[in-house]
Amino acid sequence: MSRIVVLESRCKGCLLCAAQCPKKIIRQSERFNAKGYKIVEVADEDMALCTGCASCAMVCPDTAIRVFRTRKSAGAGE
Amino acid sequence: MNVACDIELQRKLTPGPDETLVFDAPKSLVDTPMHFCPGCQHGLIHRIVARTLDDMGLQERAIAVGSVGCSVFVYRYISMDCVEAPHGRATAVATGVKRARPGNFVYTFQGDGDLAAIGTAEAIHAANRGERISVIFVNNTTYGMTGGQMAPTTLLGQKTTTCVKGRERETAGAPIRMAELMAQLDGVAFSARVAVNSVKNIRKAEKAVRRAFEVQEQGLGFGFVEFLSTCPTNWRLDPIKANERVETEMIPCFPLGVFKEMGE
Ligand SMILES: Cc1ncc(C[n+]2csc(CCOP(=O)(O)OP(=O)(O)O)c2C)c(N)n1
Ligand code: SF4
Ligand code: SF4
Repeated sequence: MSRIVVLESRCKGCLLCAAQCPKKIIRQSERFNAKGYKIVEVADEDMALCTGCASCAMVCPDTAIRVFRTRKSAGAGE
Repeated sequence: MNVACDIELQRKLTPGPDETLVFDAPKSLVDTPMHFCPGCQHGLIHRIVARTLDDMGLQERAIAVGSVGCSVFVYRYISMDCVEAPHGRATAVATGVKRARPGNFVYTFQGDGDLAAIGTAEAIHAANRGERISVIFVNNTTYGMTGGQMAPTTLLGQKTTTCVKGRERETAGAPIRMAELMAQLDGVAFSARVAVNSVKNIRKAEKAVRRAFEVQEQGLGFGFVEFLSTCPTNWRLDPIKANERVETEMIPCFPLGVFKEMGE
């Protein structure tokens, strides 16, 4: 699996990333950051679906997402 | 908060043995929160510019010229020398900077109220003179910072605080198409219009910025990239609907494409 990290202090909860994610795994969380924005998250069980395509990070206006891709040869299934 | 201070976050940001970091912030972008409203694409455009400066190795030699509007804080976000120009005068200031320091790379970052209203004369004449500068022009069809007044780029029928019933052609004219206008001028070496509403368009935007920067480096002339951008706050739309408006309303009026490209 690949994974994303949302820099929660940078996220403004605009949801543009969620709209772009082809796997639709990014959702609004129930948490607010220090600026009062309702931040996004990926549920632990959904992260396995992440392909590391970086669409979310590309469209994030606040550069709040980092993307880690897992090298194919290393993993067994994913 | 500075990202480096958060230990738990640092752990998550460390790639595992079989992982590669495939998306990181550009080096030329300062690691700091941006003041823009949620969903505003000004920040994304700064990021594209910063990425291009990284890729072309220009960070040490680049000087950014800021303008007035929501774009004003370029000096906070771009990690290099910056000059702040009075409203509309960025291309005139950039002319001076480039002529005094021809070895430096010089670009401006300007909104549509700035470049296409108060600064039209400066922009057109700098372009016509073929100044070796590059211009990043953010068209969000309104004056963002001052509360959403009508700009020359406002769409026909679009409601703003100074045209509450919608822009009318009879009294306010039609939206001005700067990228096409610039392409008519002999001094312009590259002129394009791009959008950042999809991954595909962002990739094209990155290519256009690169070309607009290369023509300066090659001494060919003035480089111009118009970005279609959202202003969710003053459009009174949520960020997703604002992004959709780029596709449904802006692109039909402001077609994307390269309108002029000089070869080497
Ligand atoms: C000489 C002068 N006139 C007017 C203003 C007020 N003013 C500040 S920002 C702005 C409009 C900026 O709009 P735009 O260029 O579209 O940028 P945006 O905020 O949308 O990014 C105006 C008129 C000013 N600062 N200086
Ligand atoms: S696009 Fe960026 S700022 Fe917007 S919700 Fe996603 S992570 Fe947050
Ligand atoms: S007012 Fe508009 S242009 Fe300015 S930061 Fe907000 S959304 Fe962006």
